Amino acid sequence: MISLGLLVAIVVPRRVRREDGAPRAVDPDAELLARARAGEEQAFMSLVARYHSTMLHLARSFVGSDAIAEEVVQDTWVAVLRGLERFEGRSTFKTWLLQILVNRARSTGVREHRSVAVGDATPAVDRSRFDGGGAWMSPPEHWVEDSDDRLVAEGLADQIKEGLEALPSRQREVLMLRDVDGLSGQEVSEALGISEANQRVLLHRGRSRLRAALELQMGRGI
Amino acid sequence: MLGRSQPLVCQQMVELITDYLEGALPRSQRRRFEAHLAGCEHCSEYLEQMRTTIRLTGRLRAEDLSPQMSAEFAAIYRRWQAESD
Repeated sequence: MISLGLLVAIVVPRRVRREDGAPRAVDPDAELLARARAGEEQAFMSLVARYHSTMLHLARSFVGSDAIAEEVVQDTWVAVLRGLERFEGRSTFKTWLLQILVNRARSTGVREHRSVAVGDATPAVDRSRFDGGGAWMSPPEHWVEDSDDRLVAEGLADQIKEGLEALPSRQREVLMLRDVDGLSGQEVSEALGISEANQRVLLHRGRSRLRAALELQMGRGI
Repeated sequence: MLGRSQPLVCQQMVELITDYLEGALPRSQRRRFEAHLAGCEHCSEYLEQMRTTIRLTGRLRAEDLSPQMSAEFAAIYRRWQAESD
Protein backbone atom coordinates (compact mmCIF):
# COMPACT_ATOMS: atom_id res chain seq x y z
CA MET A 1 0.00 0.00 0.00
CA ILE A 2 1.46 3.33 -1.04
CA SER A 3 1.31 6.10 1.51
CA LEU A 4 -1.35 8.74 1.14
CA GLY A 5 1.22 11.51 0.93
CA LEU A 6 2.99 9.89 -1.98
CA LEU A 7 -0.25 9.42 -3.89
CA VAL A 8 -1.14 13.05 -3.46
CA ALA A 9 2.34 14.01 -4.66
CA ILE A 10 1.88 11.90 -7.78
CA VAL A 11 -1.38 13.44 -8.81
CA VAL A 12 -0.78 17.10 -8.07
CA PRO A 13 0.19 18.70 -11.39
CA ARG A 14 3.93 18.75 -11.60
CA ARG A 15 4.24 21.18 -14.45
CA VAL A 16 2.55 24.34 -13.33
CA ARG A 17 4.30 26.32 -16.02
CA ARG A 18 4.17 25.75 -19.73
CA GLU A 19 7.30 25.47 -21.82
CA ASP A 20 7.03 29.14 -22.73
CA GLY A 21 7.06 30.03 -19.05
CA ALA A 22 3.47 31.26 -18.94
CA PRO A 23 1.50 30.08 -15.93
CA ARG A 24 -0.72 27.14 -16.73
CA ALA A 25 -4.27 26.98 -15.54
CA VAL A 26 -4.61 24.45 -12.75
CA ASP A 27 -6.86 21.54 -13.64
CA PRO A 28 -10.14 22.17 -11.79
CA ASP A 29 -10.42 18.43 -11.11
CA ALA A 30 -6.91 18.02 -9.69
CA GLU A 31 -7.92 18.17 -6.06
CA LEU A 32 -10.83 15.70 -6.32
CA LEU A 33 -8.66 13.43 -8.41
CA ALA A 34 -5.90 13.44 -5.82
CA ARG A 35 -8.36 12.61 -3.07
CA ALA A 36 -9.99 9.86 -5.14
CA ARG A 37 -6.58 8.35 -5.81
CA ALA A 38 -5.81 8.52 -2.13
CA GLY A 39 -8.80 6.35 -1.34
CA GLU A 40 -11.57 8.84 -0.69
CA GLU A 41 -14.70 7.33 -2.21
CA GLN A 42 -16.68 10.54 -1.82
CA ALA A 43 -14.18 12.41 -3.99
CA PHE A 44 -14.56 9.78 -6.70
CA MET A 45 -18.34 10.03 -6.49
CA SER A 46 -18.10 13.82 -6.84
CA LEU A 47 -16.14 13.40 -10.06
CA VAL A 48 -18.67 10.86 -11.30
CA ALA A 49 -21.54 13.24 -10.53
CA ARG A 50 -19.74 16.20 -12.09
CA TYR A 51 -19.40 14.50 -15.47
CA HIS A 52 -22.31 12.10 -15.46
CA SER A 53 -24.66 14.11 -17.63
CA THR A 54 -21.98 15.10 -20.13
CA MET A 55 -20.75 11.51 -20.38
CA LEU A 56 -24.25 10.12 -20.85
CA HIS A 57 -25.11 12.65 -23.55
CA LEU A 58 -21.83 12.06 -25.31
CA ALA A 59 -22.05 8.27 -25.12
CA ARG A 60 -25.64 8.39 -26.34
CA SER A 61 -24.48 10.08 -29.52
CA PHE A 62 -22.47 6.97 -30.44
CA VAL A 63 -24.62 4.10 -29.24
CA GLY A 64 -28.16 3.02 -29.90
CA SER A 65 -29.81 3.17 -26.48
CA ASP A 66 -29.73 4.83 -23.07
CA ALA A 67 -28.95 1.50 -21.45
CA ILE A 68 -25.86 0.97 -23.61
CA ALA A 69 -24.80 4.56 -22.97
CA GLU A 70 -24.95 3.90 -19.23
CA GLU A 71 -22.79 0.82 -19.67
CA VAL A 72 -20.25 2.83 -21.65
CA VAL A 73 -20.10 5.41 -18.86
CA GLN A 74 -19.50 2.69 -16.28
CA ASP A 75 -16.84 0.99 -18.40
CA THR A 76 -15.16 4.35 -18.83
CA TRP A 77 -14.83 4.87 -15.08
CA VAL A 78 -13.39 1.37 -14.69
CA ALA A 79 -10.82 2.23 -17.38
CA VAL A 80 -10.13 5.62 -15.79
CA LEU A 81 -9.41 4.10 -12.38
CA ARG A 82 -7.17 1.44 -13.91
CA GLY A 83 -5.34 4.06 -15.96
CA LEU A 84 -4.98 6.67 -13.23
CA GLU A 85 -1.30 5.92 -12.70
CA ARG A 86 -0.64 6.75 -16.34
CA PHE A 87 -2.49 10.08 -16.27
CA GLU A 88 0.25 12.68 -16.21
CA GLY A 89 -1.77 15.85 -16.42
CA ARG A 90 -0.57 16.72 -19.93
CA SER A 91 -4.19 17.40 -20.82
CA THR A 92 -6.91 18.26 -18.35
CA PHE A 93 -8.59 15.38 -16.61
CA LYS A 94 -11.82 16.27 -18.42
CA THR A 95 -10.21 15.97 -21.86
CA TRP A 96 -8.60 12.66 -20.91
CA LEU A 97 -11.85 11.33 -19.46
CA LEU A 98 -13.92 12.26 -22.52
CA GLN A 99 -11.31 10.73 -24.86
CA ILE A 100 -11.55 7.43 -23.02
CA LEU A 101 -15.34 7.63 -23.14
CA VAL A 102 -15.41 8.32 -26.88
CA ASN A 103 -12.97 5.49 -27.61
CA ARG A 104 -15.09 3.05 -25.66
CA ALA A 105 -18.33 4.35 -27.14
CA ARG A 106 -16.89 4.04 -30.66
CA SER A 107 -15.86 0.45 -30.12
CA THR A 108 -19.28 -0.32 -28.62
CA GLY A 109 -21.26 1.84 -30.97
CA VAL A 110 -23.82 0.21 -33.16
CA ARG A 111 -25.11 3.40 -34.69
CA GLU A 112 -23.79 4.56 -38.03
CA HIS A 113 -22.17 7.63 -36.65
CA ARG A 114 -21.16 9.74 -39.58
CA SER A 115 -24.02 9.04 -41.93
CA VAL A 116 -26.23 11.81 -40.57
CA ALA A 117 -26.20 14.88 -42.75
CA VAL A 118 -24.93 17.93 -40.92
CA GLY A 119 -26.89 20.59 -42.71
CA ASP A 120 -30.55 20.08 -43.37
CA ALA A 121 -32.00 22.63 -45.70
CA THR A 122 -34.55 23.95 -43.20
CA PRO A 123 -34.09 27.70 -42.79
CA ALA A 124 -33.78 29.20 -39.30
CA VAL A 125 -36.98 31.17 -39.93
CA ASP A 126 -39.68 30.26 -42.41
CA ARG A 127 -39.24 31.99 -45.76
CA SER A 128 -42.81 33.24 -45.73
CA ARG A 129 -41.92 35.68 -42.97
CA PHE A 130 -39.62 37.70 -45.24
CA ASP A 131 -40.48 39.82 -48.24
CA GLY A 132 -38.91 39.37 -51.66
CA GLY A 133 -35.90 41.45 -50.63
CA GLY A 134 -35.24 39.36 -47.51
CA ALA A 135 -36.56 41.93 -44.99
CA TRP A 136 -38.87 40.93 -42.13
CA MET A 137 -42.51 40.95 -43.19
CA SER A 138 -43.75 39.14 -40.10
CA PRO A 139 -41.12 40.18 -37.54
CA PRO A 140 -40.54 38.54 -34.15
CA GLU A 141 -42.75 39.93 -31.41
CA HIS A 142 -41.29 41.06 -28.10
CA TRP A 143 -41.48 38.42 -25.37
CA VAL A 144 -38.05 37.92 -23.87
CA GLU A 145 -38.86 39.66 -20.57
CA ASP A 146 -42.04 37.61 -20.15
CA SER A 147 -39.87 34.49 -20.22
CA ASP A 148 -38.38 35.50 -16.84
CA ASP A 149 -41.75 35.15 -15.13
CA ARG A 150 -41.51 32.02 -13.01
CA LEU A 151 -44.70 30.38 -14.22
CA VAL A 152 -44.02 31.26 -17.82
CA ALA A 153 -40.47 29.92 -17.47
CA GLU A 154 -41.82 26.61 -16.17
CA GLY A 155 -44.04 26.27 -19.21
CA LEU A 156 -41.16 27.18 -21.47
CA ALA A 157 -38.95 24.54 -19.86
CA ASP A 158 -41.49 21.91 -20.95
CA GLN A 159 -41.58 23.46 -24.39
CA ILE A 160 -37.78 23.28 -24.61
CA LYS A 161 -37.78 19.63 -23.55
CA GLU A 162 -40.37 18.80 -26.20
CA GLY A 163 -38.46 20.87 -28.73
CA LEU A 164 -35.27 18.97 -27.91
CA GLU A 165 -37.02 15.64 -28.36
CA ALA A 166 -38.24 16.73 -31.76
CA LEU A 167 -34.78 17.72 -33.04
CA PRO A 168 -32.78 15.49 -35.37
CA SER A 169 -30.48 13.50 -33.11
CA ARG A 170 -27.20 15.14 -34.12
CA GLN A 171 -28.61 18.60 -33.46
CA ARG A 172 -29.96 17.47 -30.11
CA GLU A 173 -26.64 15.93 -29.08
CA VAL A 174 -24.63 19.03 -29.90
CA LEU A 175 -27.19 21.28 -28.23
CA MET A 176 -27.27 19.23 -25.01
CA LEU A 177 -23.49 19.11 -24.76
CA ARG A 178 -23.13 22.82 -25.48
CA ASP A 179 -26.10 24.46 -23.81
CA VAL A 180 -27.07 22.04 -21.04
CA ASP A 181 -23.70 20.55 -20.08
CA GLY A 182 -21.67 23.64 -20.91
CA LEU A 183 -18.94 22.11 -23.08
CA SER A 184 -17.08 24.46 -25.41
CA GLY A 185 -17.45 24.27 -29.18
CA GLN A 186 -13.93 22.89 -29.43
CA GLU A 187 -14.61 20.21 -26.82
CA VAL A 188 -17.76 19.09 -28.59
CA SER A 189 -16.22 19.00 -32.06
CA GLU A 190 -13.20 17.05 -30.78
CA ALA A 191 -15.33 14.59 -28.86
CA LEU A 192 -17.73 13.97 -31.73
CA GLY A 193 -15.00 13.96 -34.35
CA ILE A 194 -16.59 16.70 -36.46
CA SER A 195 -15.20 20.04 -37.62
CA GLU A 196 -15.92 23.13 -35.58
CA ALA A 197 -17.78 24.55 -38.56
CA ASN A 198 -20.08 21.52 -38.71
CA GLN A 199 -20.51 21.70 -34.97
CA ARG A 200 -21.72 25.29 -35.41
CA VAL A 201 -24.12 24.30 -38.19
CA LEU A 202 -25.73 21.66 -35.96
CA LEU A 203 -25.87 24.09 -33.05
CA HIS A 204 -27.41 26.75 -35.27
CA ARG A 205 -30.14 24.48 -36.61
CA GLY A 206 -30.95 23.20 -33.15
CA ARG A 207 -31.04 26.58 -31.43
CA SER A 208 -33.06 28.12 -34.27
CA ARG A 209 -35.70 25.38 -34.01
CA LEU A 210 -35.89 25.74 -30.24
CA ARG A 211 -36.37 29.49 -30.57
CA ALA A 212 -39.19 28.87 -33.03
CA ALA A 213 -40.78 26.43 -30.55
CA LEU A 214 -40.61 29.05 -27.79
CA GLU A 215 -42.07 31.69 -30.07
CA LEU A 216 -44.99 29.39 -30.76
CA GLN A 217 -45.49 28.81 -27.04
CA MET A 218 -45.52 32.54 -26.39
CA GLY A 219 -48.55 32.61 -28.66
CA ARG A 220 -47.29 35.06 -31.17
CA GLY A 221 -45.65 32.93 -33.74
CA ILE A 222 -47.21 32.23 -37.06
CA MET B 1 -26.55 35.49 -52.82
CA LEU B 2 -25.62 39.11 -52.28
CA GLY B 3 -22.10 40.32 -52.83
CA ARG B 4 -19.52 40.83 -50.13
CA SER B 5 -19.83 44.58 -50.00
CA GLN B 6 -23.61 44.80 -49.99
CA PRO B 7 -25.51 45.18 -46.73
CA LEU B 8 -26.92 42.02 -45.18
CA VAL B 9 -30.67 41.47 -45.28
CA CYS B 10 -32.73 40.13 -42.37
CA GLN B 11 -33.11 36.69 -43.94
CA GLN B 12 -29.31 36.35 -44.05
CA MET B 13 -28.95 37.72 -40.52
CA VAL B 14 -30.97 34.89 -38.95
CA GLU B 15 -28.66 32.34 -40.60
CA LEU B 16 -25.45 34.07 -39.47
CA ILE B 17 -26.53 34.58 -35.89
CA THR B 18 -24.87 31.49 -34.38
CA ASP B 19 -21.56 32.22 -36.09
CA TYR B 20 -21.88 35.73 -34.71
CA LEU B 21 -22.56 34.53 -31.16
CA GLU B 22 -19.72 31.99 -31.46
CA GLY B 23 -17.29 34.67 -32.59
CA ALA B 24 -16.77 32.77 -35.83
CA LEU B 25 -17.62 35.48 -38.36
CA PRO B 26 -14.72 36.95 -40.34
CA ARG B 27 -14.10 40.56 -39.36
CA SER B 28 -15.67 42.10 -42.47
CA GLN B 29 -18.77 39.95 -42.11
CA ARG B 30 -18.98 40.79 -38.44
CA ARG B 31 -18.93 44.49 -39.25
CA ARG B 32 -21.73 44.06 -41.76
CA PHE B 33 -23.70 42.02 -39.22
CA GLU B 34 -23.34 44.69 -36.56
CA ALA B 35 -24.13 47.48 -38.99
CA HIS B 36 -27.42 45.79 -39.87
CA LEU B 37 -28.17 45.09 -36.22
CA ALA B 38 -27.70 48.73 -35.27
CA GLY B 39 -30.40 49.76 -37.72
CA CYS B 40 -32.87 46.89 -37.42
CA GLU B 41 -35.02 46.49 -34.33
CA HIS B 42 -36.50 43.23 -35.60
CA CYS B 43 -33.14 41.54 -35.96
CA SER B 44 -32.10 42.94 -32.57
CA GLU B 45 -35.24 41.37 -31.14
CA TYR B 46 -34.42 38.10 -32.89
CA LEU B 47 -30.90 38.13 -31.43
CA GLU B 48 -32.34 38.65 -27.94
CA GLN B 49 -34.70 35.72 -28.48
CA MET B 50 -31.79 33.49 -29.47
CA ARG B 51 -29.90 34.57 -26.34
CA THR B 52 -33.01 33.88 -24.25
CA THR B 53 -33.38 30.44 -25.86
CA ILE B 54 -29.78 29.59 -24.95
CA ARG B 55 -30.28 30.86 -21.40
CA LEU B 56 -33.51 28.87 -20.90
CA THR B 57 -31.93 25.71 -22.33
CA GLY B 58 -29.06 26.18 -19.89
CA ARG B 59 -31.55 26.05 -17.03
CA LEU B 60 -32.61 22.51 -17.87
CA ARG B 61 -31.22 20.20 -15.28
CA ALA B 62 -28.39 18.05 -16.38
CA GLU B 63 -29.07 14.38 -15.80
CA ASP B 64 -28.60 13.40 -12.21
CA LEU B 65 -27.25 10.12 -10.98
CA SER B 66 -29.95 7.71 -9.93
CA PRO B 67 -29.42 6.00 -6.54
CA GLN B 68 -28.95 2.74 -8.41
CA MET B 69 -26.28 4.21 -10.68
CA SER B 70 -24.58 5.75 -7.64
CA ALA B 71 -24.42 2.36 -5.97
CA GLU B 72 -22.92 0.85 -9.10
CA PHE B 73 -20.23 3.52 -9.32
CA ALA B 74 -19.40 3.08 -5.65
CA ALA B 75 -19.01 -0.65 -6.31
CA ILE B 76 -16.68 0.08 -9.23
CA TYR B 77 -14.56 2.24 -6.95
CA ARG B 78 -14.43 -0.39 -4.19
CA ARG B 79 -13.40 -3.08 -6.64
CA TRP B 80 -10.60 -0.84 -7.88
CA GLN B 81 -9.45 -0.21 -4.32
CA ALA B 82 -9.45 -3.92 -3.58
CA GLU B 83 -7.41 -4.56 -6.74
CA SER B 84 -4.90 -1.86 -5.86
CA ASP B 85 -4.25 -3.13 -2.35
